[in-house]
Amino acid sequence: MANTSSSGGSDFTANLGKIYGIYTGGFLAFVILLAILEQVGLPNRIIGYLFVFFTLAVYAGIGILSRTMQVSEYYVAGRRVPSVYNGMATAADWMSGASFVGMAGTLYALGYDGLAFVLGWTGGYVLVAVLVAPYLRKFGAYTVPDFLAARFGGHFARFLGIIVLFCCSFTYVTAQIYATGIIASRFLGIPFEVAVFVGLLGILLCSMLGGMRAVTWTQVAQYIVLIVAYLVPVVLLSSQWYGLPIPQLTYGQALQDIAALEQQMVANGLADPATLKPYIEPFTNYDPFNFFALIFCLMVGTASLPHILMRYFTTPSVRAARNSVAWSLLFIFILYFTAPAYAAFAKLEVFTNVIGASMDALPAWIYTYGNLGLVQVCGVDATTLDAIRAACQAAGSADNILALGDLKINNDVIVISMPEIAGLPYVIAGLVAAGGLAAALSTADGLLLAIANALSHDIYYRMLDPNAPTHRRLVVARILLVVVAVFAAWLASTKPGDILSMVAWAFSLAAAGNFPPLVLGIWWKRCTTAGAVSGMIAGFGMTLFYLIMTRYGGMALWPIPGLTDGIANISAAIVGLPIGVIVTIVVSKMTKEPSKEMQDLIDEVRRPSGETIMQEKTV
Amino acid sequence: MPSIDESTWWSKTWNLMVTVLVIWAIFGFGIHLFAVPLNQIVILGFPLGYYMAAQGSLIVFVVLIFWFAKRQDTIDREAGVAEPD
Repeated sequence: MANTSSSGGSDFTANLGKIYGIYTGGFLAFVILLAILEQVGLPNRIIGYLFVFFTLAVYAGIGILSRTMQVSEYYVAGRRVPSVYNGMATAADWMSGASFVGMAGTLYALGYDGLAFVLGWTGGYVLVAVLVAPYLRKFGAYTVPDFLAARFGGHFARFLGIIVLFCCSFTYVTAQIYATGIIASRFLGIPFEVAVFVGLLGILLCSMLGGMRAVTWTQVAQYIVLIVAYLVPVVLLSSQWYGLPIPQLTYGQALQDIAALEQQMVANGLADPATLKPYIEPFTNYDPFNFFALIFCLMVGTASLPHILMRYFTTPSVRAARNSVAWSLLFIFILYFTAPAYAAFAKLEVFTNVIGASMDALPAWIYTYGNLGLVQVCGVDATTLDAIRAACQAAGSADNILALGDLKINNDVIVISMPEIAGLPYVIAGLVAAGGLAAALSTADGLLLAIANALSHDIYYRMLDPNAPTHRRLVVARILLVVVAVFAAWLASTKPGDILSMVAWAFSLAAAGNFPPLVLGIWWKRCTTAGAVSGMIAGFGMTLFYLIMTRYGGMALWPIPGLTDGIANISAAIVGLPIGVIVTIVVSKMTKEPSKEMQDLIDEVRRPSGETIMQEKTV
Repeated sequence: MPSIDESTWWSKTWNLMVTVLVIWAIFGFGIHLFAVPLNQIVILGFPLGYYMAAQGSLIVFVVLIFWFAKRQDTIDREAGVAEPD
């Protein structure tokens, strides 16, 4: 990969298949080698170390080899990323530590209703492909606010775009760095506060020297690690249970078994029929309105998140941008259609071997994760047999048998503990940790770049110093990247509970703030500057108001008579988005139609052929 | 030589957009309204309502975007606005 360092990038792109093929083979060989070493007695702790350091070293190596001093390489990877590879990079960019670790757990906890996340986080790519991405690619901006500024004449729209970007990206990146800290501390055995800065180092090495170019090629490498790590345990599990290594096919049988066990638990008095929520029955946790509202907000949010949209700025053509969205979704789909299988197998395992078991025959993993505060029995952390027995007796169950209502499992445990639950060797646990780390790092890189680029390109270069020479722009970009990263890492190291729970807000905030100006700006020539700007303020402001007031202001959730008792906090864009769209349209109609030049520019944006509209001035 | 003019091209593009979004709405939302009755049908152990939300709709989305990309490219080529290969 030595030829990636300067201008010889075309050799590199021509040999991508070979390079990543060797890389994937090397990674698999590494896993097999560790598996063999484990059998001959290599301690678990060393296996954990090797996984974390080996993968981090590879990402850092790619980051350093991809260093660049060219503006277009730094911001859009020279617009040379083939659509399949951009698809992989987008998939890694998209699937966060939370998707990797928490998605199966959410499905485990919510049953059918959890599928709102699966649908919402995939269907949004249809909107990306049809409505937004190809047009932004043709336009040729470096950032989403850059497009808003050009379409809606000036710095005010740009500034609003930056605020939206910052609100939906900063809490998100903090959560990713937090996740890297959690994983690194568990597998390196170092304190969380130190582990956060190990994660930070990994993120900076991947992004600082090469910007988008380095992030792209590390994200491809991270996707390969995370997808292998996600599939291996569940494939092994499927073989164990049903003798067929295709979990996506065999978990249908698991669903049947779960339903049968639910009936059996009710019959045995282990589950209360009044509170049992059958796993496959729809609308037991969300009412139908909130189920569909959540899907809608997640989908529209996907099509509005700057760190995702900017990935499509890197393809060689508009045609490649469209294809790339399809590839992205294919790569994302591989994980998301496996997550329900994960959840079903975990449920089956818990129903078979934990619920109804005698207290002194509980599997060891209950205590392993109970000691981390992630598994609770009868309301207390499952640290020892005596502790849970005392708690259950205090709660009034004297029969020494664990009932369904007694057990509480943190969502994150499902994926992390699966290798142990299934009795797989420790090397698989290390592999899962490497996957979780890859997922968190790749998303953190993308978000960090989105924030830092908005600061360096939009605020510094476009607003403060439009005459800055290339060299200074790139130096400023890197300084800002480091500043944002260090600040986010510091914040993560304080374990800010509020920030972490605000991550889900990103989708509603992005949807309400970015979707109306982006889509109407492209598809409706009559959309004016005043319309877009007031629509952004109204829609985004309303969403932020609803989020903050329902969470911190003591305001009750707004009911819609006949549909729902209250619009969930997580679906706040259901309130803000229609307001944003209506305000944009009404104000646009009331103001003078955009100039002939602007309408010609929109025609130009729609037409795939021809040069990009924004051109980097030649140095 | 382009076989259609630019305004026909844009209306074809617009129609394709509407078609794709209708399919998107059916599989993203419409079909799941019937999750409860669909769950009565069981294939390979999967209740159909659950299956559609966990896999079926996702497969439709993936195929839909690949099809859209191909179809839009054909329209672009007809109008001579596609990029050179």
